[in-house]
Amino acid sequence: MDDTATPAGGTRWTGNKWVGRPMSRLEDAALLTGRGRYTGDIDVPGTLEAVFVRSTVASGEILGIDTTAALDRPGVQAVVTATDLAATPGLTALLEREGFVTTTMPLLATDGVRYAGEPVAVVLASDRARAEDGAESVVVEIAEKPAVISIDQVREGGAGAVHEEAPDNILLDSTLFSDDLDSVLESSHLVVTKRVDTGRVVALPMEGRSAHAHWDGDRLTLHTSTQVPHMVRSAVAEQMGLMENQVRVVAPDVGGGFGQKCVVAREEVIVAVLARMLDRPVRWVEDRGENIVASFAGHEQVHEMTAGFTAEGVLTALSTDVWCDVGAYSAYPFTCAVEPLMAAGELPGPYRVPRYAARGVAVTTNKSPTAPYRGVSRPQITLAVERLLDEAAARLGIDRAEIRRRNLIRPEDFPYTGANLVTYDAGTYGESLEMCLAELGYDRWPERQERARAEGRLLGLGFVCFSERTGYGTPVFAGRGMAVTPGFDTAVVAMDPTGGVTVTTGVSAHGQGHATTFAQIVADRLGVEPSQVRVIEGDTDAVPFGWGTFGSRSIVIGGSAAHRAAGRLAEKLARLAAHRLEAAPADIVLENGSAHVRGTPARSVSLAAIAHDAHIAVQHLPEDEEPGLEARDSYDPPGTFSNATHGAIVEIDPGTGGVSIERYVVVEDCGVVINPLIVDGQVHGGVAQGIACALYEGLDFDEEGQCRTATLMDYLMPTAMEIPDFELHHLETPSEHSSTGAKGMGEGGTIGAPACVVSAVADAVAHLGIPVDRIPVTPQYLALAIGAATDNPDPGEQT
Amino acid sequence: MRTDSETLNVEFTVNGEARRVSIPPRRTLADVLREDLGLTGTHLGCEHGVCGACTVIVDGEPVRACLMFGVQAAGCEIETVEGLALPDGSLNDLQRSFSEHHGLQCGFCTPGMLMLGTAYVRRAVAADRESVREVVSSNLCRCTGYQGIVDAVCELVCHPDGTGAGEDPAGDS
Ligand code: FES
Ligand code: FES
Repeated sequence: MDDTATPAGGTRWTGNKWVGRPMSRLEDAALLTGRGRYTGDIDVPGTLEAVFVRSTVASGEILGIDTTAALDRPGVQAVVTATDLAATPGLTALLEREGFVTTTMPLLATDGVRYAGEPVAVVLASDRARAEDGAESVVVEIAEKPAVISIDQVREGGAGAVHEEAPDNILLDSTLFSDDLDSVLESSHLVVTKRVDTGRVVALPMEGRSAHAHWDGDRLTLHTSTQVPHMVRSAVAEQMGLMENQVRVVAPDVGGGFGQKCVVAREEVIVAVLARMLDRPVRWVEDRGENIVASFAGHEQVHEMTAGFTAEGVLTALSTDVWCDVGAYSAYPFTCAVEPLMAAGELPGPYRVPRYAARGVAVTTNKSPTAPYRGVSRPQITLAVERLLDEAAARLGIDRAEIRRRNLIRPEDFPYTGANLVTYDAGTYGESLEMCLAELGYDRWPERQERARAEGRLLGLGFVCFSERTGYGTPVFAGRGMAVTPGFDTAVVAMDPTGGVTVTTGVSAHGQGHATTFAQIVADRLGVEPSQVRVIEGDTDAVPFGWGTFGSRSIVIGGSAAHRAAGRLAEKLARLAAHRLEAAPADIVLENGSAHVRGTPARSVSLAAIAHDAHIAVQHLPEDEEPGLEARDSYDPPGTFSNATHGAIVEIDPGTGGVSIERYVVVEDCGVVINPLIVDGQVHGGVAQGIACALYEGLDFDEEGQCRTATLMDYLMPTAMEIPDFELHHLETPSEHSSTGAKGMGEGGTIGAPACVVSAVADAVAHLGIPVDRIPVTPQYLALAIGAATDNPDPGEQT
Repeated sequence: MRTDSETLNVEFTVNGEARRVSIPPRRTLADVLREDLGLTGTHLGCEHGVCGACTVIVDGEPVRACLMFGVQAAGCEIETVEGLALPDGSLNDLQRSFSEHHGLQCGFCTPGMLMLGTAYVRRAVAADRESVREVVSSNLCRCTGYQGIVDAVCELVCHPDGTGAGEDPAGDS
């Protein structure tokens, strides 16, 4: 039981009774009965509602803001502009890296506006409708400038500067790996060059962002819909000139995040600032239009790759330039470099690439800023590499599965360090591929596809392999040059005098079910039932300093910390029990709420009795024991790799270009599964989100930088009719870098699905010579291309 | 100029209890439930009638509470998520099924899904999975990929072999 003394990769606890069980979630009852409490549900008497006045143009200089008419509207209490916030320095995300340009996001637009939707003023009123009336009456005069709206426009040059500090609109240009590949490529049998484009999407948690702040004369309490309460606390304290102990940030129930809430929003900071300034509680609840247009977006990238292959399809070299449209500001605290550094750093994915060169570029444009959206560049690199492999296979006349077999990291390679200097722990790359192909009936696919084509039907089969690095620890972030390195996390496990257990942790769930999985982990270590374990998260007054939940870190880092802390507590319980039972601590077994001597179940004492003594009757404790039952531990791993193969069969309607998914198979390996129900749910939701990116969702902008997809009528989030039933299969390679053997897996679904769907769509139209190298693949695109390729008399019908 | 302070008195029942509110005419039913009655189980995900997070049952029919004004609910019987549990506070069959099939993650869409499902389950007999999917497609969920939700509703209305006779045509009456 002493794994706390061993380094990462030490002994693993195997006495599992609860870990591995598909138990229903402990958090469900409240959420199913309307007792969930989200930020927008918090109502303190006297609360003022805040509504933001947002720029209607994408780029321009603010000439004046007239608030007089707004202040005359009934119920309006105040209208605040940047002048009123002059004391706040604004949010500046830092990166210590050559080629990075530091910019600042002011809380409210100060001299200029940089995207349509940027907050310019805030109206506060007694209720939201009145605040909205007031916001309509604020007159903002802006001298409009031409907007910078695309990566290509920036690359062509001559566009105006979004930020003075970056006249060329490049906020990061970093060559991560330089290697002169010319001679390798020259001697390669085949060289493939390819450009892949991925659309701009928005995470769209069903609960938008919101915040409620309350100043009590000395201290601020901020409830906010966030994934990262401590980061918000740091930002708020800094902007308000407070010590962090004067700020309490609470993430109550949070209605999804997917990365959109893992950075600090200027709106949540403003709500905090105004609560003190006006000495009134202030609430802001974002509406869906704001969430689409004005919050953080993600995923818009251009990949330009060159790859060399032998005649047998073995990769000889790969170079890539990754261009990311990060929008108007660098999000705090991670910076806008997250996407380019992740893409360029991890492009080879699960494949052995002997020579590698990579450059990552962050381009600023007059669009809403970006945050690390679920998957963070890995959906894009998976799409890019898989398109490359499919093309190479076709040109070399090699089967698509075979070219992957020849390039995947092999079992004998682990631990494998790639040309990107990343070390992969063991996984099941080849095995998951074979299993997925068998499930799909890949052997018999050519006949089926031929038959379908003969009937005029367009059927396609696709599959993709990928690795999903999870539980990024401090060294990875430090290596990137980030000033904020959110690697470790901490848990405290305490037993109260009745034997009830409370876990407090710095991670912060928003749908992932930590109240259940952490309880399962801790229950096993202490020999109690999960229902006796309460997990507290998301309240900076109650939990240890931690980094919150993003990047599939919680179960690896927070879960390991909880596992280790519970192990320490178990040791103390064993010592106290040994004292009472006159046995050696090593012979004590904790089980079913009691401690007994191994082999002699009758010699036992209840944990509640030990817990009582440890607090209430400490005279019974051994002399050298401290009172209380509480243990704390932290964990900071190097990162651990989950892996998966996704496969899909799709059918395209040649008339409408609509794609329907007939089958979707996932074979994934995330190490030890703590709760299969929850893991499957993460895969389902992730794949659905990836399918959305592949086929349906895309923020669309006109030349002036106006978003044309500002409602859910235009921005098409898929429903239960577009999303198929999923077929899931699990492999299990326990991680050496987590105490439980679990690997993270929250993003995998979203990482694999876009590439998988595209691969299937491309297969369906391969005989027509239609390229599919851009997502979303819209019905319009497919219908027109299919029409043109088959001489359909009326291909333009859809448009 | 007309002031915005006019209010109207409206009476209806919510979860079987008679309620009376004094509300501005422009206030939606969703806001009335949340702000005036403190029933924050009804959520707002879009406020433009697409996501269904605000779904409640009005006179037996699932309704988007963000698209209905509070005053339009005068005299109606309204059911919300707060009224679903059994009298002893335990979960009803649909709620339990949602939990068993992991039909919820963040829980934000859940009240709307439950009310949609409740109205459907009351009238559907021997439905099939496809028709359940069609019903669930009225509302949006970002977390679950819908599979757990479809499973949960199916558990109550689908034949074990996944086939069914569809909706009971008499169920409307
Ligand atoms: S909030 Fe009513 S449909 Fe979205
Ligand atoms: S459970 Fe989160 S939106 Fe459905």
